[in-house]
Amino acid sequence: MTAMPPNKMLKELKLSNIAVGYQGIPVVQEANFRIVEGQIGCLLGPSGCGKSTLLRAIAGFEPLMAGEITLDNELLSSATKTVSPEKRSIGMVFQDIALFPHLTIGANIAFGLKGWSKKDASARIDYLLQLVGLSGYKDRYPHSLSGGQQQRIALARAIAPKPKLLLMDEPFSGLDAKLREELVPDIRAILQHEKVSAILVTHDQAEAFAMADQVAIMESGRILQVGTPYEIYHEPVSRFAAMFIGQGDFLPAVVCGENCVHSDLGEIRGRLNHGFASGAEVDLLVRPDDILHDDDSAFKGLIVSKWFRGSYFLYRVKLPSGKVTYCFASSHHNHSIGQEIGLSVNLDHLVMFPREPLNS
Amino acid sequence: MSTLTQTHPISKHRSGISWLKLSAILVALMLAIPVLIVVFNIFLGGSGVWQHLYETLLFDYVSNSFLLMLGVTLGTLAMGVPAAWLTSVCEFRGRGLFSWALLLPLAMPAYIIAYTYTGLFDFAGPVQTFIRDVTGLGYGQYWFFEMRSLGGAFAMLSLVLYPYVYLMSRAAFLEQSANTLEVCRTLGYSAPQAFFRLALPMARPAIVAGVTLAMMETLADYGTVQYFGVTTFTTGIMRTFYGFGDLAAASQLAGILLLFVAVLIFAERYSRREISYHGSGLRKASQRKIELRGLYGAAAFVACAIPVLAGFVIPAAVLLYWAVFEAEAVGWDFIQLSWNSFYLAALAALITVSLALVLAYAGRLHKDKSVQTAIITSGMGYALPGTIIAIGVIVPLAWLDHRIIEFVQHTFDSKIGLFFSGTIIALLFAYTVRFMAVSLGSVQSGLGKIKPSMDMAGRSLGCSPAQVLRRIHVPLLKSSVLTALLIVFVDVLKELPATLILRPFNFNTLAVRAFELASDERLVDAAPASLMIVAVGLIPVILLSRSISSSAH
Repeated sequence: MTAMPPNKMLKELKLSNIAVGYQGIPVVQEANFRIVEGQIGCLLGPSGCGKSTLLRAIAGFEPLMAGEITLDNELLSSATKTVSPEKRSIGMVFQDIALFPHLTIGANIAFGLKGWSKKDASARIDYLLQLVGLSGYKDRYPHSLSGGQQQRIALARAIAPKPKLLLMDEPFSGLDAKLREELVPDIRAILQHEKVSAILVTHDQAEAFAMADQVAIMESGRILQVGTPYEIYHEPVSRFAAMFIGQGDFLPAVVCGENCVHSDLGEIRGRLNHGFASGAEVDLLVRPDDILHDDDSAFKGLIVSKWFRGSYFLYRVKLPSGKVTYCFASSHHNHSIGQEIGLSVNLDHLVMFPREPLNS
Repeated sequence: MSTLTQTHPISKHRSGISWLKLSAILVALMLAIPVLIVVFNIFLGGSGVWQHLYETLLFDYVSNSFLLMLGVTLGTLAMGVPAAWLTSVCEFRGRGLFSWALLLPLAMPAYIIAYTYTGLFDFAGPVQTFIRDVTGLGYGQYWFFEMRSLGGAFAMLSLVLYPYVYLMSRAAFLEQSANTLEVCRTLGYSAPQAFFRLALPMARPAIVAGVTLAMMETLADYGTVQYFGVTTFTTGIMRTFYGFGDLAAASQLAGILLLFVAVLIFAERYSRREISYHGSGLRKASQRKIELRGLYGAAAFVACAIPVLAGFVIPAAVLLYWAVFEAEAVGWDFIQLSWNSFYLAALAALITVSLALVLAYAGRLHKDKSVQTAIITSGMGYALPGTIIAIGVIVPLAWLDHRIIEFVQHTFDSKIGLFFSGTIIALLFAYTVRFMAVSLGSVQSGLGKIKPSMDMAGRSLGCSPAQVLRRIHVPLLKSSVLTALLIVFVDVLKELPATLILRPFNFNTLAVRAFELASDERLVDAAPASLMIVAVGLIPVILLSRSISSSAH
């Protein structure tokens, strides 16, 4: 083996209270986020929430209005200082892929390998092409590749110079659903194999859950919640996070004890104390998987609409109180619209928010 | 107060002055001067000459220009649209050849084709001589059409301007997906019905755009109408300028011509208001073509052959014959002419494309209104006839020169000549105004292919902005910059009226010499210069047809 430049592994990327904006108007405010060695982080939010701006600030394309970005305790950006992008050792993959059309695949990957010997660079290119499953494409031009292949090359190009951190801006949004399903786990595997820490920006929760170790939910320029996908899904800290991630409904409920509420579904006990005072009026989050179809149950609901999803049915059912919720059923339980089916409640994460007038 | 202290150093830097932005606005202002001068002159008080023109000739100018536009519209539609439809949707013998050969007349300036056909068909020309020899008839004993007439001008202009209509409508026909036409068939329409009910209306905006271009060229034409003795605005402007030496009246005429152009542009915009037809983007690579056999195939062949033969092959052959066998031998004089034309065209191309690069980069980096307006303003000149621009250039430059002469005389008590208006500076200025739009268009389309994310990719891979420019922009922009240079070069070479007005004393170009010789009825001797212009003009046409035939496969 020849001596290649050593792997410069990331220890920690930290955003402290940063604000980013255009022409003095902040687009992102008070953002705090950190990822550590080998982690894949994700900024998840609807379009226009500021997630791409935040990513561009990390890359060094946007100056900060306030706060600090540090990489392994080295200051990258602050209100008065912006280290230029080419000096950050941060790679990036773009939404529109952005391969250089005048260069071959090999030359595209070699683009960032400045100061590498010819032999090392060539070995690195071959290695990466093999890693992304496109050996033999070295001398082809980008336009002769499919969208998915181009995205793999874009990834190879970005990680070729062994950046400390890789940023990915909606990397899969230009690809069709089937391709995306194939590519997402592949790319996660490649990143883990190369021990590259990364931050992904997306509006697609399935993508976020499949890729990321840490997810930050963003809305209107603020980070609302940071956590593992499991925490984000089951313990949302705001109504927005609850409704943006996954499906679900809010049912009006009244607190009847420190881990208990009374709702249209009857009395439900959670595993943890919820912190609301007895008698308080709240809205209770009910996910599709919280209510299961059960032929033996006496608690009935009327099917309003249904979706066949292959391995399961998703029903929309009307409760005796008139409220409508989702209900899961195994794919053998094919009932027709208008039929009454038994429901069993399987809710142990109590997610509640103070009652909003609209929902009562 | 608090907002002041909160102002961020970086945001201050961003809203601060950028040299690129400033130069772009400055360039736009410079290029706008000639147009503004002409517009202002419309509203300035009239002179005696103006009054005279108004009473005698203005009606002629308006009616002739109008008739000419009408005739050219009909002529270009009749030749351009059928040829476009046949070569894009049908399959017949010779289709591949015609799809690019139909562009050849683009290389033929209208005044040159006019000289050629006049030489061919006038009384002393080979055709009429042949008729007289065969029939034994003498002068006045038989009827033969008069080339030098309004009808002749229709024919000449239509023959060289139909490619605009052809190009635009062909692109539109190709964009119409086969699916749309198939939908029409499944709804019970025959193929010809589908053409008239669907294909033609869908191509309408493109056809109108092509006709508008042809009409603008018609309004701008000076060489043809002058030679044919048809009085239009451009000949009127020249007459007033040279004959009466009245700059004010000339620029007022130019102002009225400008109104014509403005109406034309407005009408074109209006005709496609709220209409934006898009192909579905799912165009099939192998669209099934309508096979034309037998008589139909022969008819299609003839419909495509006539414009090519009449618009290019015949006049080019005649020019070649004259230049080789009949014209005075090419001498030192001709080399001097060619050198003048070439260095003028090359200088103009360099200046125009450099400024276009400044404008295009400013537009890419600064999305604000001032820069975008600057870019639109800079492209305005292309809509204007060369005569208008020449007037708009000479008025301010002459004024400036006279101020300089006065100043020098006063302070140094010595006499100097005209510094701007009497030198090629005036010419270069006019060419830059006139041809900025074409070079800007080419440069912008090249720059548009370099997505902003490519810049960012380059930066994140360790390149400084200068390295991004060198390693990504230069190689990607090269071909569109070269195209822009070439187009401006050829356009300048062909340009006649502005060169005629603005050239320095005793400074001749190929176009001017061809015009002068033709005006002296030495058509045959004009052939070498004309042929040279056509030959150089062929280069961009060949490039264009190559890109067309490569995209067709």
